[in-house]
Amino acid sequence: MRRFIEQHTFWSIVILLFAVILLWLIFAVWPQWLIEIFGRKKTFVNTLLNGLTLGGLYFLVASGFTLIFGLMRNVNLAHGSMYLLGAYIGYEVADTTGSWFLGLAIAFVVVALSGMLMQTLVFRRMEGDDIRQTLVTIAISIIVADLMLAIWTGTTYQFTPPDWLFGAAQLPVVSTIRSSGDAVYIKYPIYRLAVFFAAVAVGAALWLFLNRTKIGMMIRAGVNDRDMLSASGVNVQLVFVLVFGIGAGLAGFAGVVGGTALSISPGEDVRYLLASLIVVIVGGLGSVPGAAIGALLIGLAEQFGLAYFPTYGVVVTFLIMVIVLAVRPQGLMGSSWSRQ
Amino acid sequence: MSKQRWFSTSWSDTGLHPGIIVVAVFLIAYPWFTSDFFTFQIGAYSLILATIALSLMMLAGYGGMISLAQLTAAGLAGYTVAILGENSVGVMGLGWPWWLTVIIAISFAAIFSSFVGAISVRTEGIYTIMITLAIAVAFFFFVRQNYVIFNGFTGFAGVEPPTLFGIYWRNPTPFYYLTLVIAALSLAAVFYISRSTFGLTLQAIRDNPRRMRSLGFNVPFHRIFAYFLSGIIAGTAGVLLVWFNGRISPGSIGVDVVIDILVIAVVGGLRHPIGPFLGAIAFVLLENFAIDLIDRERFNTVIGLAFLLIVLFSPDGMLGLWHRLRNKFRTARENRMAMNGVNQIDPHSQESFDNP
Repeated sequence: MRRFIEQHTFWSIVILLFAVILLWLIFAVWPQWLIEIFGRKKTFVNTLLNGLTLGGLYFLVASGFTLIFGLMRNVNLAHGSMYLLGAYIGYEVADTTGSWFLGLAIAFVVVALSGMLMQTLVFRRMEGDDIRQTLVTIAISIIVADLMLAIWTGTTYQFTPPDWLFGAAQLPVVSTIRSSGDAVYIKYPIYRLAVFFAAVAVGAALWLFLNRTKIGMMIRAGVNDRDMLSASGVNVQLVFVLVFGIGAGLAGFAGVVGGTALSISPGEDVRYLLASLIVVIVGGLGSVPGAAIGALLIGLAEQFGLAYFPTYGVVVTFLIMVIVLAVRPQGLMGSSWSRQ
Repeated sequence: MSKQRWFSTSWSDTGLHPGIIVVAVFLIAYPWFTSDFFTFQIGAYSLILATIALSLMMLAGYGGMISLAQLTAAGLAGYTVAILGENSVGVMGLGWPWWLTVIIAISFAAIFSSFVGAISVRTEGIYTIMITLAIAVAFFFFVRQNYVIFNGFTGFAGVEPPTLFGIYWRNPTPFYYLTLVIAALSLAAVFYISRSTFGLTLQAIRDNPRRMRSLGFNVPFHRIFAYFLSGIIAGTAGVLLVWFNGRISPGSIGVDVVIDILVIAVVGGLRHPIGPFLGAIAFVLLENFAIDLIDRERFNTVIGLAFLLIVLFSPDGMLGLWHRLRNKFRTARENRMAMNGVNQIDPHSQESFDNP
């Protein structure tokens, strides 16, 4: 932190300035001229929170995607299908047993197992041939999407989260002062806040796992040099299966979390695949911190785009991707892997 | 051997195989002995899809860049025709003359394709797939949300080809010949490009970009120009596609259709321009007649399985399968001949042993 400030004094000041302005925007009561420019404060704060929540959800989906790519150079384009599969399985379990958390756990396990199965049965047979692996994942996503449509039809499903996650919380943020002098506080759904904190928790857990455990060390070593890792006596195939399981499981986990926050219907797989693609392109393929930054950026951009210029919301997301590609083709946090 | 030399032309080094003439005669005579359904829904449709897939094959086979945004380029051309020309929806439809519309549509597709190339050119391999897929999906969502220009979810209907020389071009037989001519021209163009200096440079860049860069070639420019050319082909096919359907909506450029084009190109074979045509015929036949074998609703499962099997067992597609079978037969025959002692007498068959 201190070294960063010393090395990039200018950028530190800019970032600090932004943070101060943002905090002021959130906590201060807006003067009239600001309301005239940006509209009501409530819209702004809600959009910000929606963006953060969506970013958290995108991080849950994209972290698995980027983890799998980082180690195996496998672009799993069936990742969106795994998200949707997790959502459906979680829904079925929660519907029959009545326990939302059981649904979450079983979705994680089942999707993780299906990912492990894919790795052992399919991808191991064509190691090092990334284009072919990608084509195979496309084929799998076509089949899975069609079978899911056959089983769960085109109906939209809606989860109910556990009671204590239901309802709205009052935030310590004043939206306006009424003429009577009472302050009006902003309310926000508890569940969505929980989504954001779940994403933070998963991110922290992933960081600890990758940086503080022996298996995490092997995974990081594998990302840097796969051959050397296997030469030093590690069973690389086992590590691959494990990472594929975790990555796929996270997609299933995100399916339940996201399916509860929004809804489950066919076509969601494509939406989350697109989100994962853009998040990891922006953040840098293979980098978990990159996925976090990319997810926040894209989540915020999407929500602000939706709130302030509805028709062109997609364009904002897309522009971010194009700008990042033009300036830094390997992504914000990506290493220059293409040179390897 | 001598038979081949008679037919060989200056720009072809393999010679015109008698099989090509048979196929050409068959394709020209095709509408005479089939019903309108076969001419229009099978013949013309396969040729249009094949032309779009051909533009993908050109990029992937010669440039090593698998772009999933080719259908999007075609779709943009289709939308341009509907917006600038006439449609029956009442949104846009500026009523410009057809020739101007078509030229603008194709140039839009080419510019769009170059733009896609410019974005993805600094990356390679799977990264290109991801970026072009993201572009295709983003364009789909954009078109679906934008009601001012693209008429959102509904899209446009009532887009008709012009009536020219007293012929209504949407009638099955004239339309079939139109697509046949366009497809043949595109195929010839891709053949020509692949043997031109530009095409050879592109193939060299595909094989070793770093070496070509140090030899002084402008690698990004060659790649972007390849995108430009393939955009022209895709755009032309896109105009035909919107005339064929008479309508265009976000569904026509959705992810499933984008993937269909990729499936066609890969299943047919990415190594040779004829591949997409084989793939398209197989795809359209399956699409129309799978209903007799299985539930029509599960068509995507069949297509996905076919795609999976091809990728797993024959990475070069149907063409690769065919080459492998032919080589197997040839080797078997030559083995037999060698056992009979024919091989020593006829030196020509020796060649096949060296390059199986």
